[in-house]
Amino acid sequence: MDMSEEVLQQASPGLIPGSGTARAVKPTRLSPSLISWLQAGPMMLVFLAFFLIPLVFVVIVSFWDYNEYQLLPAFSGRGYTDTFEGCIAQLPELCTIGKTYLKTLKLCFLVWASTLFIGFWVAYFLAFHVRSKTWQMGLSLLCTIPFWTSNVIRMIAWIPLLGRNGLVNSGLVKTGLINHPIEWLLFSEFSVVLALVHLFTFFMVVPIFNSMVRIDKSLIEAAYDAGATGFQTLVNVIIPLAKPGIVIGSIFVITIVMGDFITIGVMGGQQIAAAGKIIETRVNALQFPAAAANAVILLVITFLIISMMSRIVDIKKEL
Amino acid sequence: MKEGRPRSFYVLAIFFAAYVLFLYGPMIAIYVLSFQGPQGGLTFPMNGVSTFWIAKLFQGTGIVDLGAAFRRSLLLGIIVMSVTVVLSVAAGMAFRRRFRAQSVLFYSAIASLIVPSIITSLGISLEFRIIDDLIKAHWNENFETSMGLLTSGLGAHLTWTLPFGLLIMFAIFNRFDPRLEEAARDLGATPWQAFRHVVLPIILPSVIGIGLFGFTLSWDELARSSQAIGAVNTLPLDLQGLTTTVTNPDIYALGTVISAVSFTVITLALGTIHMLNKRQAAKGSDAGKGLV
Repeated sequence: MDMSEEVLQQASPGLIPGSGTARAVKPTRLSPSLISWLQAGPMMLVFLAFFLIPLVFVVIVSFWDYNEYQLLPAFSGRGYTDTFEGCIAQLPELCTIGKTYLKTLKLCFLVWASTLFIGFWVAYFLAFHVRSKTWQMGLSLLCTIPFWTSNVIRMIAWIPLLGRNGLVNSGLVKTGLINHPIEWLLFSEFSVVLALVHLFTFFMVVPIFNSMVRIDKSLIEAAYDAGATGFQTLVNVIIPLAKPGIVIGSIFVITIVMGDFITIGVMGGQQIAAAGKIIETRVNALQFPAAAANAVILLVITFLIISMMSRIVDIKKEL
Repeated sequence: MKEGRPRSFYVLAIFFAAYVLFLYGPMIAIYVLSFQGPQGGLTFPMNGVSTFWIAKLFQGTGIVDLGAAFRRSLLLGIIVMSVTVVLSVAAGMAFRRRFRAQSVLFYSAIASLIVPSIITSLGISLEFRIIDDLIKAHWNENFETSMGLLTSGLGAHLTWTLPFGLLIMFAIFNRFDPRLEEAARDLGATPWQAFRHVVLPIILPSVIGIGLFGFTLSWDELARSSQAIGAVNTLPLDLQGLTTTVTNPDIYALGTVISAVSFTVITLALGTIHMLNKRQAAKGSDAGKGLV
């Protein structure tokens, strides 16, 4: 906490004492702490009303009972027991929830590894090879613009390319490489991973780029002067210094994929089970306590992953 | 100074170009396909070129009531954008001083950004259902619902846009020279005058950036709206609903129309930012650059 507050203060070095004394002279003004409250209060209220209290409700409702059509506000573990149904009886086989989480983690890993690889080299190119500031701005913008457009459209966009009669298949058939169209290109795990990488590599590029532009170029020159090869410089200088960005990007990508149900739904042809999809299915069946119980489980697992990763780096220092 | 590019430059330049193609290629494909001829299907090759599908969308005879969803999304987007800009700038100003609860606010923003959207969305929907039940039980039996576009829907979108707004404000004030504001105060400006005539003009380009994030993120928002929007749909929700059923290029036409709005807003915002930056460079102060 001490550390974190110090970091927040870095945003305005030198301002604090100055404004403090200025105010003390004129007692008619609003007190600084009241002004802070007025400034920050509205945003705090929004988070309270639409984020913190809802989270509390998720936890409370996960312990409620339910029947076919409504919530019953009485304590019950049914949301959880329904979720883990058969998990002990079926041992050593994995139960449905276990399999679903395993699948989600697998997707997560594939997307994480791909976005990290692509994001790292894209950021590396932008940070170290693009020399003019104007070009750097322009190319960064080029990577950002798709982020401001619709995710669903960017998913649908793969249909004409990967479908049975899509560009890829018709191209491959025409060149004679294959006889029949490949079925697993669309509405499969492959297309889910592809779409997720397509959508969210941005979240990797930005923090890694941010870490990389802060690296003092003379450190790299020093490494070369001391006789390091390009590869040694990369592994021993650049990667360690870019680590905060790598970790922040990883947290973004992993939490997005863990909770995703839209991309997995659309690109998986609504056939692939995932952690986020369970919640959606339960809500659609109006089984809110079961949905909430699944949300709590997802929250706990996501939190564990984040706290594991943030041990590697102090996130707050980097923002 | 001119020196040759290392070989790794060319390898990575090709990699970067491939990434950009990967980003834009599929999008461009559907923009092109939305101009299919009337007989055209979901894939290449094009079967003639026409604006048939886009016209069909606007006649309202097509798949969704585009007009109504369009107006709803636009209204919500503009409100989310305005609220995001005002609250982010205000909170950003607060963070320049130490105040109690600032780490609570900071952690709330970060958590709101990374807690999976489906959980936030479910929470908001539970919260409003419970409020509805309370109203029905204690005040008005015929009460329908408090959930809606501008209540739960607006809140859900703000949990997504405000963290971006706040982080952009941090970035702005990391680079901001507080001496400019102090100079204004020394010349007798009230805090409001100092903000209005000194701070705001300097940070305005980035504030427009916050607005850009606010509008586009709301315009395309899906995951958080999914459970929390109430009875009516926004445009992206309609579009997502279509993905399982549609067999002709309507869906591409809809995608193109939605993207056209996004690109218009992006162009306007970036154009304004560019213009403001140029004006600042031309008319800005030369203080601190030495030699009067």
